Amino acid sequence: MSNQIVVGISDLNIAMNGDVLVTYALGSCVGICLYDPVSKIAGLSHIMLPTINDFKDSNPQKEKFADSAIEVLLNKMAAAGALKIRIRAKIAGGAQMFAPQNNTNLAGIGERNVQAVKNELARLRIPIVAQDTGKDYGRTLYLNSEDGVMKIKSVNKGEWVF
Amino acid sequence: MALNNYNELNEMQLDALREIGNIGSGNAATALSSMLERSVNIAVPTIKVLDYNAVVETLGGPEQLLVGILFGISGDVTGMIMFLLHKEFAHMVLDSLVGSEFDGYTELDEMDQSTIQEVGNIMAASYVNAMAALTGLTIDISVPNMNVDMAGALLSVPAIYYANISDKIILIEDEFDHDREGAASHILLIPEVEGLQKIMDSLGLGS
Repeated sequence: MSNQIVVGISDLNIAMNGDVLVTYALGSCVGICLYDPVSKIAGLSHIMLPTINDFKDSNPQKEKFADSAIEVLLNKMAAAGALKIRIRAKIAGGAQMFAPQNNTNLAGIGERNVQAVKNELARLRIPIVAQDTGKDYGRTLYLNSEDGVMKIKSVNKGEWVF
Repeated sequence: MALNNYNELNEMQLDALREIGNIGSGNAATALSSMLERSVNIAVPTIKVLDYNAVVETLGGPEQLLVGILFGISGDVTGMIMFLLHKEFAHMVLDSLVGSEFDGYTELDEMDQSTIQEVGNIMAASYVNAMAALTGLTIDISVPNMNVDMAGALLSVPAIYYANISDKIILIEDEFDHDREGAASHILLIPEVEGLQKIMDSLGLGS
C-alpha cells in the first residue's frame, strides 16, 4: 500500500517505494516534479516566488523560491540515491487566478514563476519533459514514485496525467 | 515605534482592527441584506496573524470549492479585500437576485458572474466606506475580479503578494450567513504593514 506525502506551500519533499507526493491547490504557485526512473526516487517542490534575491527578510526560506528550492530538492534526492543525470522534470501551475490588479506588483506572477522555474531547470541542466502551466484555474498535483506519472486534478476541468 | 511586522501589533491595536472589521462587515451585511431583502447575520470578527497553510485550513482545507472575489485597495491603505463565498451562499445570492441555480461545478454565465461581482462590489464599497469614515483615511477599491476554484488556489494570490514581505499574513475575518445551514462566507481584509500603521496613527494608537 503506497503512502501519500503532502507537500505544503513553500515546501518540498522526496518519495520512493511507490509512495505518492501530493501538493494541493496550486494557483499562481508552481509545482516542480523531479523523477529518476532507475532508482524510482521522486521529488516535489511547491514554490511561490521567482527569486530569492527580491526577498527583504534577512533569513529567507529557500523552499519558497524557484531559484533556490530546486537545488535543495535535487540535493535531497541525490542524498537518497538518485542520479542527477537521469532526472527529468515535469512542471504544473503558474495560473493567473484573477485579472491583474493595477496597484500591485502581482501582474503576471504565475507566468514569471513558470519562467523562473524553466530558467533554473536549464541552469541545472534538467530537461522538462511535460508541463501544464498558465490558464486561470487551480491544480492539485500528484507525483507517483512508482512510475513518475504526474496527475493533475482541477475543480471544473477534470483530470489529466503526464 | 513604527510597525514592521504583523506580530508586533499589541492587544489594543488588535482590538481596533476587530472593531474596524465589525463596523465594516456590519455595513457590508446591511448592504447585502437590503439587496436580497432578507436577513444576513454576521459573527464577531476575528483577527488572525497566520501562515498561509493555516489560513487555508480555517477555510475548510485547500481543495474546498469557493467563489472568490478579489479587490485591490489603494490610497492611504494598500492591500486587498477578498470575499470567499461558499457555493450555497453564492447560490442563495443568485437565486434571490436573478433566479438562477448554482451548484459550483458548472461554469457561471456572464449574467451570473456580473451579478456576483456587483454584489461583491457593493459589499466591499460598504466595508471600505465604513473604514474610511472611522479613520478619516482615503481608501479606494479596484474593480472586482472573480473566480470559482479551490480555496488554496484562490488564496495563493494574496499569499504570494505578502510572501515578499512576511511569512505570515494578517486577516480580519468576518463570517456571514443567513438562515440556511452551511452558507457561511468570509470577508478577508488584508492590509499592508504601512497601511496598518496609518490606521493606527489615525486612531491615536500609533505608538
